[in-house]
Amino acid sequence: MSDRNLVGIVLVSHSAEVAASVARLAKKLAGGGAQVPVAPAGGTEGGGFGTSAALVAAAAASVDRGNGVAVLTDLGSAILTVKALLTEGGELPDRTRMVDAPFVEGAVAAVVTAATGADLAAVEAAAVEAYTYRKV
Amino acid sequence: MLDADFFRRWMTTAAASVDREAERLTALDSPIGDADHGTNLHRGFTAVASALETEAPQTPGAVLVLAGRQLISKVGGASGPLYGTLLRRTGKALGDAGEVSEEQLAAALREGVDAVMALGGAAPGDKTMIDALVPAVDALGDGFAAARAAAEEGAVATTPLQARKGRASYLGERSIGHQDPGATSSALLVAALADTAEADGE
Repeated sequence: MSDRNLVGIVLVSHSAEVAASVARLAKKLAGGGAQVPVAPAGGTEGGGFGTSAALVAAAAASVDRGNGVAVLTDLGSAILTVKALLTEGGELPDRTRMVDAPFVEGAVAAVVTAATGADLAAVEAAAVEAYTYRKV
Repeated sequence: MLDADFFRRWMTTAAASVDREAERLTALDSPIGDADHGTNLHRGFTAVASALETEAPQTPGAVLVLAGRQLISKVGGASGPLYGTLLRRTGKALGDAGEVSEEQLAAALREGVDAVMALGGAAPGDKTMIDALVPAVDALGDGFAAARAAAEEGAVATTPLQARKGRASYLGERSIGHQDPGATSSALLVAALADTAEADGE
């Protein structure tokens, strides 16, 4: 099966380990999610905690199959960097969208939904909906 | 009138100031932040100074857009996209004129500060860089020295405030009693502008 039409997912965290681990977790929990292009963009280029605009842009380019890219972030500079890049224009693939979702739960929902071949709006809706799943 | 060289000197003066004050900024960021503000801004403004030297932008707008882009890509913390947006949006508002008036700079900076508020969602009184930048822009009509004084007063006035944005907001009332590092670095940026104008005899 080709992944040409699947929505790409980028996971931006202050920590490289968190981003990479959540990416693996989401693909694992998604079952068929192995086909979904998912890229972590964690930490700074120097390997520290923080956000790298270059790593975010590279991750987004690597998962872009022409059908949109959903970007999920953790906190602070991750959110602000992605927003600033989207405002700038030209740095991220066309039809890249920042998704307002909880990082882990949203990533799982986004990858599961993207694996079905859903479009960007549906992937975003699924990730956002993860906010409504109460734990208690 | 202010030309590209004026804006280049503003940025290199700011870079020197951040270099000098990096330890103080990081110290302010220790009790209420993650103790990286000085280091992060230092990395960013070092990249700004170096990019201005190699790319030699020819208009005021181009200087600020280049500086802003460097800050977004090099800082690594929240201050990168925030200061980057401030300078880039101000630069875009200046357009491609070879020289701009002080009034044009004041209007453009207002757009830049508005863009920072839109990006971060902070309003005056939230204990952020906005508490130095808004008074500075308001005072800029009375000259660069007035803007510097307003920014410094605004930064000092963040001490009794409770943080409502950023990492410090998680501390709730415990954020009270500390001067905000972002407001402090914003005052440095405005002071660098006033220093540049004074050196010119503006």
